Amino acid sequence: MATPGKNSDMTATETAAQPVRRLEWQLAQVREIVVETYRAKSLMLQVTNWQGHLPGQHVDLRLTAENGYQAQRSYSIGSPPEDDLLTVTVERVDDGEVSPYLVDDLRAGDQFELRGPIGRYFVWTVAKHGPLWLIAGGSGIAPLMAMLRHRARRMVRAPALLLYSSRSLEDVIYREELDMMARGDPDLRVVNTLTRKQPERWMGHRGRINRALLAEAGFPPKQNPKIYVCGPTPFVEDVSRLLVELGHDPLKIKTERFGPSGG
Amino acid sequence: MDETPISRGFKSRRQEQTPKNRVPPGQYVTADFPVLSAGPTPQIKLEDWNFTLQLGASLFGKWNWAEFESLLQTTIKTDIHCVTKWSKLDTTWQGVTFDDLLKTVGLAEPPAAYVMAHCDGGYTTNIPVADLIGGKGMIVTRYESLPIPPAHGGPARVLVPHLYFWKSAKWVRRLRFMEKDRRGFWESLGYHNYGDPWKEQRYDGD
Repeated sequence: MATPGKNSDMTATETAAQPVRRLEWQLAQVREIVVETYRAKSLMLQVTNWQGHLPGQHVDLRLTAENGYQAQRSYSIGSPPEDDLLTVTVERVDDGEVSPYLVDDLRAGDQFELRGPIGRYFVWTVAKHGPLWLIAGGSGIAPLMAMLRHRARRMVRAPALLLYSSRSLEDVIYREELDMMARGDPDLRVVNTLTRKQPERWMGHRGRINRALLAEAGFPPKQNPKIYVCGPTPFVEDVSRLLVELGHDPLKIKTERFGPSGG
Repeated sequence: MDETPISRGFKSRRQEQTPKNRVPPGQYVTADFPVLSAGPTPQIKLEDWNFTLQLGASLFGKWNWAEFESLLQTTIKTDIHCVTKWSKLDTTWQGVTFDDLLKTVGLAEPPAAYVMAHCDGGYTTNIPVADLIGGKGMIVTRYESLPIPPAHGGPARVLVPHLYFWKSAKWVRRLRFMEKDRRGFWESLGYHNYGDPWKEQRYDGD
């Protein structure tokens, strides 16, 4: 059982009341839309009074229909704090309400409301010591990409590993940028695994991330890596359980799950 | 914001129109049961589980699993609202009310005005006692008549359904009474200290 003062990221945060500043809704304008995959796009946004963010944080986005109907959803920020525009990457959930609109209908110049940044736990900056181990399932790559981009902008050479599970090569988001990042940085390894379909000459891993892959590709517990796992709920449940079984400290594993209804 | 921008062509895709008085502002109804947790799901063996009520240095209630299961059981059907925007209607939970826990240890009145819930995995959340008494709060051990799956907080979680669901802490092991309010885990990381979904108190300052 956790007690205050114990060596733990989680309990150390229990504090007295802090000064309060409301996160106001702000106007975001779409400056550019980048096609990432056949069902994912990145929206590059100009936000009027953006106060900055940490890699890993997310925003709430609010759409208003002509009849006044409003819908809110959360999306991870994919851009690093160093960039001028704020990027969110959206993958279409076919029976969703907001993501099909964002992926299929939104155009450069369109505006909507946004507030954030939100979440101060699932964050990483170059100020954190030790190896960085990122494990992504599908569009769970987005907040982890903000960390990798931040690391690249700061030219940090602490060892980093991205283990990235996608259904097929066509589903890999940020593929070229990740390849380039890894080629230009001997301290960064990017390990892809494709679960459903592999190209004929695929030399990488096949199938889901399992215990053997985590043990073989990953940092051993004694190196005390900072671990971030993001993806669909079953993916995160599996991976984080296996990491604990391999001897990693549960308190060093930060997770972000998204459910099937995330659309 | 001076003027709300309209997203041309955007419209509701909700098929059934849920009565407005069931769904707080900014929420949508889901049939799924999404999982949101900050770390790995703790795997707790029932034989190692216990639950305590604490004030200062003293424990005034402690139960192992069998003892907790033998306490007076209450079943409720309620709607739940997660700060990440989903709401789930008509969920059924079984467990022990906060009122019955106090009665069991012989307390006519709660010993302090606030509670910190402490959980396996290190999670904490603070709740005013006024939001737990009068049948408003429980420690639940069954969901839809079955043991609560670990990913959803089993073996036991707090249930305070009139607040955002992060207050209904998973894997709860200890309720610690406090004279003064202190912030728990998410409350220290930018989320609202109280979390009333009907006032849309998601984040600090809302």
